[in-house]
Amino acid sequence: MRETYHDMTTIETHAQATSASQRDAVPQLLLGIADWVSSSDHKKIGRLFVALSWLLALGTAVIAALLGIERITPSTALIDADAAPQLLAVFRFGLVYAVLAPTFVGIAIAVAPLQVGARSISFPRLAQLGLWLWITGVATVIISILGNGGPAGGNADMVDLYLLGLAVTAAGLVAAATSAVVTVLTARAPGMSLERAPLFSWSALAGGFAIVASLPVAIGTVAYLYVDHTYARVAFGGNYAVNDHLGWSLTQPLTFVFVVMAVGALADMGPVVSGGRQPLRGATLAGIGLVTTAVLGSVTQSQHVLLWTGSVGDKIQSLITFALFNLLPVLGVLVVLALGALGAKSGKIRPNAAFALTFLGVGMILVGMLGNALLNIDAADLTGTVLEEGATVYVSYGTLLAGLGAITFWGPKLWGRKIADKKALGAGTLVLLGTVLAAFPQYIAGFQGQPNGAVASFDYDGPVSLWNGASAAGHALVILGLLAFIGAAVKDFRSGEHAGDDPWNGHTLEWATPSPAPHNNFSELAMVGSAEPVLDSRGVSA
Amino acid sequence: MTLALPSAAAPAPKRQAMVAAGVLSVAAVTLMGGMLSTWLRFRAAAPTRESSDGLYIIKDWLPKDITIPEVAANTMLVTFFALLLMAQWACYSAKRGHDSHRSLALLVTFGLGAAIVNAQIAVYSQMGIGVRDGAYQSMFYAVTATMLLLVVVGMAFTAVAWFRSVGGRHDDMEVVNAHALYWYVLTTIFVALWFVVYVQK
Repeated sequence: MRETYHDMTTIETHAQATSASQRDAVPQLLLGIADWVSSSDHKKIGRLFVALSWLLALGTAVIAALLGIERITPSTALIDADAAPQLLAVFRFGLVYAVLAPTFVGIAIAVAPLQVGARSISFPRLAQLGLWLWITGVATVIISILGNGGPAGGNADMVDLYLLGLAVTAAGLVAAATSAVVTVLTARAPGMSLERAPLFSWSALAGGFAIVASLPVAIGTVAYLYVDHTYARVAFGGNYAVNDHLGWSLTQPLTFVFVVMAVGALADMGPVVSGGRQPLRGATLAGIGLVTTAVLGSVTQSQHVLLWTGSVGDKIQSLITFALFNLLPVLGVLVVLALGALGAKSGKIRPNAAFALTFLGVGMILVGMLGNALLNIDAADLTGTVLEEGATVYVSYGTLLAGLGAITFWGPKLWGRKIADKKALGAGTLVLLGTVLAAFPQYIAGFQGQPNGAVASFDYDGPVSLWNGASAAGHALVILGLLAFIGAAVKDFRSGEHAGDDPWNGHTLEWATPSPAPHNNFSELAMVGSAEPVLDSRGVSA
Repeated sequence: MTLALPSAAAPAPKRQAMVAAGVLSVAAVTLMGGMLSTWLRFRAAAPTRESSDGLYIIKDWLPKDITIPEVAANTMLVTFFALLLMAQWACYSAKRGHDSHRSLALLVTFGLGAAIVNAQIAVYSQMGIGVRDGAYQSMFYAVTATMLLLVVVGMAFTAVAWFRSVGGRHDDMEVVNAHALYWYVLTTIFVALWFVVYVQK
């Protein structure tokens, strides 16, 4: 009936035809939106996660730039004194829960089922619930903070709303991570043992499990805070103490839990770029696993500081706990990088933008991890300085950059087209420069004693304006770079070069299905005989 | 497949519901583990005072006028174990294809879940404390209400398993087993909560 109507209007007059197509366009748009919003296709859910996190990253970077400008002259206030702590709270929350956490959870949901040869994600409605809980929670938190809620907020109802939003956000991430974990554990193709699972899927399993193990602790703390703040305000000290009890959920080492998948993505791309197989694959899997030890630091809800005082026994005891909680994740990243370099040595490297961005992103994460280790050395006297914010910025923007690389790499499988390497590299370079410029001056300012969490009324012996001006410019560069990448992605994924089914000569199962991957991923299931089944099928010898 | 990979027959189901129940049980363990750790930390940090005879040091954590209704708390513990027995009966019946037994066992499991909720309400009622009364009171309500929420989730799981059972999904053993796994984990969590909150106080 609908087609007949179209034909009739086309025959009658041009004006009527236009009018009819306009009438039809709106429902088509609505149908398209409804399709995306209600879809249980993991590729759509994952892409929504990533797209929404990018939009939120833009907002977060705008706030960070404003705060940086405010800090250029701390003696004069550009932002209202009451608004500054609220903006700082949105920034801290945004960095971790709107940028860092969802980026790779989304990519894992989109890619991991394809990699393990599954026809769909396990419990797709749970993944979908996770997406909508997460975005509802993030929106609730932002609304509450703008309404004078958040930590140290003046409106009690909005502080309650903030706590509720934080719990909903965490619950959403747990639900989405559960779906990814169960997929890797139960929906692998025949013959694919866990040892043969692609490195990114392994990191989705390890990182997802770390999220499932750590975020419920934050939810439990929120439950205490919510009940206490709503009814008694005795045990937890009211609104001013919210960050004392929940601050750990917005900083290191919890943030390391969310970077496990970024490290896995790099480990996955390395052998593809070098054209060889990953040597010592088991050790690489263990390296990715080591990064998840960050969960220990998270669930204990405390910083583990290196105190070089007392007897030798005291020093050793302090060193062991410090290393266990702060250095093991660093060691994990180093193991993955070293083994990747070993693989590259034996192969013929064909670098591309995707690998470069992911590699540089993981590099930024590593700098953030080292900054955190430095922060926890008592003798360095950096506790409470802005170096902590610098480390979080390094880790979050580093993950964002690695995410841009991952989308450049797996985008062809999701959209069927490639982002031009030059465009991706150009935009990514802006994000990289922005990250360094936003975070590194904070490391220096930290050494000079700039306090963390202060935007005005502070002073120290150093070029305050230079460090904070550079940091503001860095956030502005990240905005520019991300906008450029989004623009390139929208254009090229719609009308760019067709990617072909295997544009990178990939090794794992996702490259054995057409691009873009069909709704059910694979028309038939493959029998997997090694960790690189697609490489095997091309006849490349072991 | 666009590449010549050897095709495989559809793999056997890999216990997705069981694994998902296991993963979510880990979340439940860390949720309650974190809450109990916070409880212990607050109790350890509570101020101390001397007893009236000067012989003992008393931790000023549990207000003097509050009495824990141990009968109701212990009843809850016993009910959890009785519930496990019923959940295991459901698994046993499902494995042997005893459909009516499975449905009955699931129904009784649900009923015992309701009994646990009832016992918790009895605890609240007998204690007669208000959530606004102080630090101990607000924390007591937060930790026990979160446990109660997990019990309600378990009851919902049992209800789903029961509806599937009476709806003719007789080959649906995995959901029954997954539901039992959740109750096993929940019982373990409650044993910890019972010891920390109701015994050690």
